[in-house]
Amino acid sequence: MDLSYTPEQQAFRAEVRAWLEAHVPAEPLEHFDATRGGFEAHREWERTLKSGDWGMVTWPKEYGGRGLDLIEWLIFEEEYYRAGAPGRVNQNGIFLLGPTLIEFGTPEQKQRFLPPMASGEEIWAQAWSEPQAGSDLAGVRATAVRDGDEYVLNGHKIWSSRAVFADWAFGLFREPGTERHKGMSLIFFPLDAPGVTVNAIRKINGHVGFAEIFLEDVRVPAFNRLGDEGQGWHICMATAGFERGLMLRSPARYQVAAAALAGLWQDHKQDADPVLEADVVRAFMNADAYALSIYQTASRLMAGAKIGPEASTNKIFWSELDIHLHQTALSILGPKAELVVQPGEHDWLDDYIFALAGPIYAGSNEIQRNIIAERMLGLPR
Amino acid sequence: MDFTLSDEQQMFAETARTLLGDTCTPDHWRKMMERGDNTDPERWAAIVENGFTLVLLPEEAGGMGLGELDFALIAEEAGYVALPEPLIESAGVAAPMLGALAPAHPLLADPEATIALAHPLNPVVADADRAAAILLERDGHAFLARADQVRLTPAQTIDPLRRLFRVEWDAADAEDLGPADWDLALDRAALFAAAQGLGLAQRAVDMAVDYAKERQQFGKPIGSYQAVKHHLASAQVAIEFARPVVRAAAAEIGHRDVQARSRVSHAKIAALEAADKATRASIQVHGAMGYSWEVDAHLFLKRTLALTQSWGTPAFHRARIAARLFTQPAGPDQTFARETHAAAATREIIHA
Repeated sequence: MDLSYTPEQQAFRAEVRAWLEAHVPAEPLEHFDATRGGFEAHREWERTLKSGDWGMVTWPKEYGGRGLDLIEWLIFEEEYYRAGAPGRVNQNGIFLLGPTLIEFGTPEQKQRFLPPMASGEEIWAQAWSEPQAGSDLAGVRATAVRDGDEYVLNGHKIWSSRAVFADWAFGLFREPGTERHKGMSLIFFPLDAPGVTVNAIRKINGHVGFAEIFLEDVRVPAFNRLGDEGQGWHICMATAGFERGLMLRSPARYQVAAAALAGLWQDHKQDADPVLEADVVRAFMNADAYALSIYQTASRLMAGAKIGPEASTNKIFWSELDIHLHQTALSILGPKAELVVQPGEHDWLDDYIFALAGPIYAGSNEIQRNIIAERMLGLPR
Repeated sequence: MDFTLSDEQQMFAETARTLLGDTCTPDHWRKMMERGDNTDPERWAAIVENGFTLVLLPEEAGGMGLGELDFALIAEEAGYVALPEPLIESAGVAAPMLGALAPAHPLLADPEATIALAHPLNPVVADADRAAAILLERDGHAFLARADQVRLTPAQTIDPLRRLFRVEWDAADAEDLGPADWDLALDRAALFAAAQGLGLAQRAVDMAVDYAKERQQFGKPIGSYQAVKHHLASAQVAIEFARPVVRAAAAEIGHRDVQARSRVSHAKIAALEAADKATRASIQVHGAMGYSWEVDAHLFLKRTLALTQSWGTPAFHRARIAARLFTQPAGPDQTFARETHAAAATREIIHA
């Protein structure tokens, strides 16, 4: 164990910090789920990031990345959140599909899809869940029928984040007649293809962040299938590993919030319930523990290990710490907690509402606990 | 930046796991409780023979001069078997203190001998009667006395595998070793209590998993029910997010700054909370059996209770974390805070 940064890592941090200080917009952007304008402003930010070669630092250089390792990725993320840079509108692409493409894609697929993903030219949504296939994802009914060099896609997808404004989706489809985990394939389709209808679903904060997607005889080239035909479940689980394990929620996100919470406490402790200080300390501990755990995971992966079922512990931990942290903030605010803030103010309330989604998306925490119990602890199904 | 254990450390942990696992079984616990004792001379001899008592002792005092991380791995395994002997207090805290104050002290020449330590934060001392000597505190000085030079009163504990004593003593009867690093003793003791907490927690989960696979109700193993699974999964989550804190605290303890102290305190709170969660879940999963003397889950609950409140209560340790949080910068670049400060200092030198 060596918990010091190398001079190269220190220099890298300084380089990231300097670039972000020069480029992060002075005014926060409108939320990317709120309006088309907010979404496009975030796409523009992705282009700016790409102009500095910061689109996705861990990817190979030939696909728009910098070929950096996971410790450097963590340093980048720390500086990114420290700088208050805009949210990553293409997170489903760069953090989930991207690593999966790098693992399972052909060289031609990587060349076609990764560079425009890294630059924000093509923004991705996930099309896995269906009205009858949520936690039980193997219940997917949408179909892909092979017709020469094409697939014909049909079905009904739902809870697709950002699909209202996004350009592409990666969906889970099955060969008709197959059951459960067999016969599924992961296939990409443009959200403006003929036969695709996207309807917005409002979230509890009023934003049109979700969508349902109807597919009627949508034709896509077979080139758009990731991995082998019928390998879809296996690939989805690898994606879910990235999602739960490492990429989706960087520790920096919670460390920024915990530091802000400590500031909120200092400003309000004269009037607030003194017992809340223990919760402020607890929020800091949790964020720090999550960061240390991810440093540990990153080190293990760099030493050749693979992400396993322990990824499920991460998802539970960050989603629960996020709720606790924001509940503490609202408790400190007291009777003012329910008030909608002015633009530019720290929006603890909206962040709290967002945190409530954490135990649901990316596989509900109940499912994660089943995975831990069955695959880590070996309890019977 | 590398958060992995070295091959040597992994082998070391494996050795400790095997040795303690073989020599401190449920059968041993039973026999010791029947005898009303907590020492097994054969096991202690094996511990000594493998050098576990010399890990943290400075080389000039005849020890190996290894670090807290190495010893924390042993402490974790000691927790996993609810080790009754005072290995952690003696070899992890007291002997290194004596070694630092008086490297040539004849007591350190006998690797089988244990040394007890009466820290001002603790009202009692473990195995004080059998210790070759007891380290005592007055006005920051360390005093050394034999058991027959102090007055020991047994203090009954709920943990059937620990023997505790209140100690009264006169400075005139003890050897004054001069000013001692009582803060380091506390940090080490808290860190190793945390490491034991990880082991206690994992054992409690493992015992419950074994039981839940076997025990049938409504025609199925109870471990197939989600209500049971989720208790144990939640305990495992708590363990997974305490372990890296314990490891980082062990690696950083030598810095002796507000961040290092905060991390030790975080480790102590998180690991013993994980142990609390795990041991209570284990008793719950064992059902009425879990509430019986016959099932060993209670041993882990009781040791957890003892370690949670000794070497600084949760409130004491929370205050040390608050001191770090409210006086030092926090945020994503502050995980390894002194690193960031070092880099800033370097940049300032370059710019100057």
